[in-house]
Amino acid sequence: MGELVVEKHTKYIVTVEKSKDSFESVVMEHLRLNGAYWGLTTLDIMGKLDVVDQDEVVSWIMQCQHESGGFGGNIGHDPHLLYTLSAIQVLGLFNKTDVLDIDKVANYIAGLQNADGSFNGDIWGEVDTRFSYIAICSLALLRRLDKINVEKAVEYIVSCKNVDGGFGCTPGAESHAGQIFCCVGALAITGSLDRVDKDLLGWWLCERQLKSGGLNGRPEKLADVCYSWWVLSSLIMIDRVHWIDKDKLIKFILDCQDKEKGGISDRPDDAVDVFHTYFGVAGLSLLEYPGLKPVDPAYALPVDVVNRIFFSK
Amino acid sequence: MSSDEDQGTIRTPISQRPEWADIEPVPQHDGPNPVVAIAYTDEFVETMDYFRAIYLGNELSTRALHLTAEAIKLNPGNYTIWQFRRQILEALGTELHEELDFVEQIAAASSKNYQIWHHRRWVADKLGPEAVAKEFEFTKKCFDQDAKHYHAWCHRQWVLQAFGGWENELNYCQRLIEDDIFNNSAWNQRFFVITRSPLLGGLEAMRTSEVSYTINSIKAHPENESPWRYLRGLYKNDLQSLATDPLVASICLEVLNTKSNLVHALNMLLDLVSHGLQASEGLRNVVDSLVLDSAPSDLDMARKISLVLELVDPMRANYWRWRRSTVTAQTAPFQNVEGITGLTL
Ligand SMILES: [Zn+2]
Repeated sequence: MGELVVEKHTKYIVTVEKSKDSFESVVMEHLRLNGAYWGLTTLDIMGKLDVVDQDEVVSWIMQCQHESGGFGGNIGHDPHLLYTLSAIQVLGLFNKTDVLDIDKVANYIAGLQNADGSFNGDIWGEVDTRFSYIAICSLALLRRLDKINVEKAVEYIVSCKNVDGGFGCTPGAESHAGQIFCCVGALAITGSLDRVDKDLLGWWLCERQLKSGGLNGRPEKLADVCYSWWVLSSLIMIDRVHWIDKDKLIKFILDCQDKEKGGISDRPDDAVDVFHTYFGVAGLSLLEYPGLKPVDPAYALPVDVVNRIFFSK
Repeated sequence: MSSDEDQGTIRTPISQRPEWADIEPVPQHDGPNPVVAIAYTDEFVETMDYFRAIYLGNELSTRALHLTAEAIKLNPGNYTIWQFRRQILEALGTELHEELDFVEQIAAASSKNYQIWHHRRWVADKLGPEAVAKEFEFTKKCFDQDAKHYHAWCHRQWVLQAFGGWENELNYCQRLIEDDIFNNSAWNQRFFVITRSPLLGGLEAMRTSEVSYTINSIKAHPENESPWRYLRGLYKNDLQSLATDPLVASICLEVLNTKSNLVHALNMLLDLVSHGLQASEGLRNVVDSLVLDSAPSDLDMARKISLVLELVDPMRANYWRWRRSTVTAQTAPFQNVEGITGLTL
């Protein structure tokens, strides 16, 4: 089935990170902080984080922060939860969270919680269980979960649970593997996994595996490498990952590599991007592929990084 | 909207437009000036440079509004531009019906980004109930392209809950399911309607008619997981009643008798048996006919079913093996009781 071409992927990520003037990077400019998280986490999982200049990245990240405490997707962009989590995660990778004014960031996040427990993504008021996850994960990494009403946050997530055991973006919305990752992740972090119907959800999740070995995110959709992450991490968090065929999934992910230029695509023979490269490599790590650092399924960071954050003073 | 927002007109570079002469463009912070190979990138870079200038100057003007339209067309995923556009719309008190047309124009090119939907909701929320018809029409157009469009379904659910318009929603779901019976989004919407519509009386009132609708859908395509899950959903928190509904057992039998597309029917039967169904002779016979001859002949029904499932769905063999183990545990007390009864006799 071929191997993970680590050196090629490393080169690909470094090239994408550096090519600020390529057309792709101009269009992606507004979410560069997400891109940095995907690229740098992938490098760390592959044991290659030392190829980047940490100080340069850290100083750039700090320039993305606003007065409010939140981070924009790049310098000069408005703050949003999506990029605030990426900033915290990347600083965590470099063991640099101490450069943050932790309470300031935490207050920004806590200020986005609504009376029903849900979270807005920013001051414009979009509500989505993705933002519940982001807020809870960020605050946990900052060790400031006490700033929000965790009980209400959990109740809101549970109100998005469907009869198939899955979760959607708002109450009544269709179950979707990406949303399920967010909801299960948030419940895992807050110690509320007893609110998940694990057997029912586990069955829905393992039904996502198709004949190709790949996973889809909803019934009757195509398999896609990014769901290796969302479905797998959810299965691991609810302790049901042995219900899928791991070898077939590993083969599917490896078949999505560009073996010449590096990078991983959504499905075999499509164009590669950093997003799917991250999900492919992180998925392989969850599948215990040799040579990769283990990844924490809830925090979406290498386990050693998470341990360093929680067990340091 | 102004002519430069219309598609198809030849673009004058902003630097050559007299109304922008007083603005100094602000280039992107963190990179060298791109060596641009294609005209589209030229346009992109220039537009963003002018956008940065008005954004940093917090210019909430009509020309700024027009510029955000140009910038959004080039990069609809850029949330900062959308947010600034909302600030301008608020400051100018702009009539918002036209804004719906603008969103529609952008969505026609790419409707799969969060910004479009967030903005649309913001506008619809300001317009209130008068937006309902237009929002239904807009989502319908999206479903014509992609009937499982996640953002569009969420938007439609929000409109229903915020402003109503439930009258035809069940019919609408029906139509979409007829178009594509495998459309899980439409099945989900159907469940949303029967459980949340203020007009239908709730799940229990709808159960009988919904069970029969669902069973007919299963008959048409027994390999379709959506109606099977929907059927379970109709008996939410009450699998005992599911197990005693004769229609459910009989659809299992009907599918199993065809000897194809067995997984969902067997899985349902396994649930029924685990929740107290005494299998009919027909069901017992058909399961027996599916079990390998090598299997022990004294197995109970539930374990036979899970053995067949392991065979027909090898990818999830571990799951079915686990089901077999829990089934055994569940039925064990009954066997014990029988055993004890036998002893005392
Ligand atoms: Zn994908």
